[in-house]
Amino acid sequence: MEHIRTPKVENVRLLDRSSGQRKASIGTLYLSATHTIFVENNPETRKESWVLHSMVSSVERTPTIPAGSQVILRCKDFRVFQILVPQERDCLDVHTSLVRLSRPEKYSELYCLSFNPNVNKEERQESWSFMDLTADYKRMGLPNNLWVSTAANSEYRVCETYPSELFVPKSATPPIIVGSARFRSRGRFPALSYFHQDTLAAVCRCSQPLSGFSGRCQEDEAMLQALMKANPGSDYIYVVDTRPKLNAMANRAAGKGYENEDHYTNIKLHFIGIENIHVMRSSQQKIIDVGEMRFPSMTDFLYGLENSGWLKHIKAILDAGLFIARAVADEGISVLVHCSDGWDRTAQACSVASILLDPYYRTIRGLMVLIERDWVSFGHKFSHRYGHLDGDPKEVSPVIDQFVECVWQLSEQFPCAFEFNERFLVAIHTHIYSCQYGTFLGNCQKERRDMRLGERTHSVWPELWKERAQYTNPLYRAEQSQSQGVLRPNTTPYCFKMWKGLYNHAEKSTPPRQSPADFLSTVREESQQLEEELANQQEVPPGGTPPPSPGLQTRG
Amino acid sequence: MEFSEHIKTANVEDVVLRQPLHPPGRGTLCITGHHLLFSDREEGSCRQVLLLLRNIDAIEKSVENLLTCSGLFSNAGLSQSGVCRLSGSSGTITIKCKDLRVLQLDIPGMEECLNIARSIETLSCLDSMSELYPFFYRPSSASLRDQWGLSSLERHYSQMKELHDRWRLSTVNRDFSVCPSYPQAVIVPKSTDDDMLEKVAKFRQGGRFPVLCYYHKKNGMVIMRSSQPLTGANRKHCREDEQLLQAVIDGSDKGYIIDTRSSQQALQARMTGGGLESKSCYSSWKRLQRQMERGKALQESLIKLVEACGEESNNMDRWLSKLENSKWLSHVQTALSTAGLLAECVERDGHSVLVHGSEGTDSTLLISTLAQLIMDPSCRTLEGFLTLLEREWVQAGHPFQQRCAHSAHSHARLQQESPVFLLLLDCVWQLWRQFPLALGFSEALLLRLATEAYASDYGTFLGNNQQERCALGVKENTHCLFQALLRPRERDCYSNPLYEHTELAIWPSVYPQSLQLWRGFFLRWTPQTHHLEEAQEEIRNMVIEWGKLALSSCPASTRRSEDVQNM
Repeated sequence: MEHIRTPKVENVRLLDRSSGQRKASIGTLYLSATHTIFVENNPETRKESWVLHSMVSSVERTPTIPAGSQVILRCKDFRVFQILVPQERDCLDVHTSLVRLSRPEKYSELYCLSFNPNVNKEERQESWSFMDLTADYKRMGLPNNLWVSTAANSEYRVCETYPSELFVPKSATPPIIVGSARFRSRGRFPALSYFHQDTLAAVCRCSQPLSGFSGRCQEDEAMLQALMKANPGSDYIYVVDTRPKLNAMANRAAGKGYENEDHYTNIKLHFIGIENIHVMRSSQQKIIDVGEMRFPSMTDFLYGLENSGWLKHIKAILDAGLFIARAVADEGISVLVHCSDGWDRTAQACSVASILLDPYYRTIRGLMVLIERDWVSFGHKFSHRYGHLDGDPKEVSPVIDQFVECVWQLSEQFPCAFEFNERFLVAIHTHIYSCQYGTFLGNCQKERRDMRLGERTHSVWPELWKERAQYTNPLYRAEQSQSQGVLRPNTTPYCFKMWKGLYNHAEKSTPPRQSPADFLSTVREESQQLEEELANQQEVPPGGTPPPSPGLQTRG
Repeated sequence: MEFSEHIKTANVEDVVLRQPLHPPGRGTLCITGHHLLFSDREEGSCRQVLLLLRNIDAIEKSVENLLTCSGLFSNAGLSQSGVCRLSGSSGTITIKCKDLRVLQLDIPGMEECLNIARSIETLSCLDSMSELYPFFYRPSSASLRDQWGLSSLERHYSQMKELHDRWRLSTVNRDFSVCPSYPQAVIVPKSTDDDMLEKVAKFRQGGRFPVLCYYHKKNGMVIMRSSQPLTGANRKHCREDEQLLQAVIDGSDKGYIIDTRSSQQALQARMTGGGLESKSCYSSWKRLQRQMERGKALQESLIKLVEACGEESNNMDRWLSKLENSKWLSHVQTALSTAGLLAECVERDGHSVLVHGSEGTDSTLLISTLAQLIMDPSCRTLEGFLTLLEREWVQAGHPFQQRCAHSAHSHARLQQESPVFLLLLDCVWQLWRQFPLALGFSEALLLRLATEAYASDYGTFLGNNQQERCALGVKENTHCLFQALLRPRERDCYSNPLYEHTELAIWPSVYPQSLQLWRGFFLRWTPQTHHLEEAQEEIRNMVIEWGKLALSSCPASTRRSEDVQNM
């Protein structure tokens, strides 16, 4: 490939800082079109380390030292590799190549468009049909006599960034939808995210109204009225503006803003105060720095954690989700959620609310469906936010990282309520950045359709589903009380902690490694086997093989 | 003393009890010499709360007289009759327990309320040890003739055959005259006779001369512990002390002394008669100074942390800054890393180590205990751990009575209180969390011990040392906690279903991210701890189920399944 100056460098020292490795290993470094590969010289292990170019977030060259020149590779999954190259010229080549390779300029350079797992066309098509959002709406009981599917956006004409299939109140006629879309930032009119069958209340989403200081729109007012009427038991709806109130007010000067309670009858406005993408970006950088501190004291660490503000933001998002879930489940009131454009904070708040409201989204398949619905289909700008292509760094922000972390924080509070484990969340996080599959490419459904990603790439969901055994939480029981109904987390500050499993890989290497989850998974598997054996006990010869000790097998 | 003289009002009806994790209940309150008893008389429910008065750390009372307005015209009538029972008055007593629970009692009648409060205040901190509840506790399930304690130093020594070449059991302290805080028997180098020990004892604070506390079978190295040498300002030295320590390293090139004070603290100690081992007198010993927090500072740290946990603030920055400000987690970090250093000297470097601070009854015991858990798999079983606590804390003379007189809520002036034992339990919990399969006991055991150390039905943690316990006849007149914890039903609840024996040392990570707030203890009375308990229960059930299946399906696997049941 044209960007690779030196495909192979020998006698390179590699230190995987994030795994707590203390001594560098010596080996050969290869640069391929898609990966940086390091192969250890040690003939016994010949350990290989592969880093996908699209996972590299920065390549930094440090001043030359007598032993050679150094490149530090920071990855989007927070791994850090230190590479020492004996010759300065080689190092320069490696650095230049990696800088270019890690910043693809066109989609066609991405791994998913060159990666061809050994499957035929039918299998690929099948991989895309694994995810079926219509089935999820059906599961919620839709369409029904309150909510219907609208064809208004089937060609993406009303709103470019919305999906073609959307649910709206039955009384929302096409003129109301079109009129409301004109009054909303980027045409993102109110549409259904989640319908709660027990209370008939719904979670809906949109973008901010183009109200300025005094603007109003009849159709939009009719739209909100229709939302309220679609919930027979209620006489008002909540409008949750997830922004800090000051930001929302400032937007009015730009002809945007929030709903004027004088114009909309029967709404209750509620501000949550989740900060914008720029604040979140710098907050995450700070928490990454905390994770990278070499020998921090407890004070350094806690001060760094506080100073990053990260947990405060996570809490704000969880609080937003909790507010919505309570309104829907406890009060039976429908909620309309928006922020500015309705694709970042809105996606966070709505998807957290769904997790809290519906146990289905706490299963492996359910979480996939939820991400597909509230994030992928509703036009969360994956390629911009996660820097898939070299572009505006101000567009990059860890928005979905925060959602995934909210789910992790919940799973720490309710260890038996989720079918999946931490590994599943980390795997999803990795794939969002890796561009190994087409699922998260582009910024909206229309873009993906125009790129014909369904024909040219593969979907990540069936791959994760195939691997579900390793993503299963052994403590999960569908029939258990923790797993059922609405989840009511405590959001007192002491309930939040830093997600070590994501931000810091260091402790994983302390022997003996012990994972109760692995132990329990084996216990569970064996119990099932034994149960089967017991069922056919007559056929089992006496003195069959004893069950091996699970811990010993799974450790390592 | 008669308890009854402190109880003016023994029973009050119509009291409302509010306690964490339960809905409020209305019922009868009853005060006895050692307990507060509340029984719920609500229809269909029969709930009783029995609280040991000793568990109460602080009480706050507020009384209000609802008759103050109407009192204007009924004033004359009241003073005439002299009956001050203001039927509309009531009071509220807030009870803050040493196990961090907070209860609230709404009591009708101002006088009753004040009487109850006064009784609690007096009876919760009785001075005389012989009046404490353990001397009155007579459960039907146990007899006073049952074995008391799990082991003795004599037994420990006789079981450790490999010790016998170079070490001997000395009874120089049989009447506690050489060292009041040591047990009657101690293990010392064979070459050191009792006369020498008496001289060494005079050279060490409180007579705590160096004794063996751990023998590392893998390489024959040992951990010794003592108190600081009394070198004083004019740098006295003691030949016998030097000889004793020389005998410890016998043959090996050097040993380490881990001093749990900073160099400056150790040097300053000379001014008050204490000091440190000088290089010139102890040439084959290398001193390492590792400052650990102790005494009052530790108690204040606990108070700040408990206060931070009790605050219902919604502000993340405030919480993190209060958590930092309490310094509790820093103390956990220091304790674990110092213990790690100690274990490294013994296991990795292959050298013997002497540990001491000043008195040798607090941080010394803390790190020697943790180091043993890190290195020695036999300490990590339920019995092993309890035996370790018995030997290294109860028999070794940690002054429980003084250290655990009050906990975080008390308004009393701090005296000798210091949560060293609680810090130990927290550190053990961190180990348990980092190595979920390596320790044979459960978090529930650590929580139970944290409660029992401050207020107990049992005599185990009574007194400050063996001498006091002998004088009180603790062995003859009370029941033993450690024995009780090993009874079959308790054993089920206090063992770790995931436990698997490993010979490997368990080196804790002391990186701040690896250490966590011990929610089970500090946030024990908040609802979400309940979900974590449910998870533990689920784990237990899964493993038991698996054990049963393995047992019934394959006769050949019987042995393994028995292991499971014994866990």
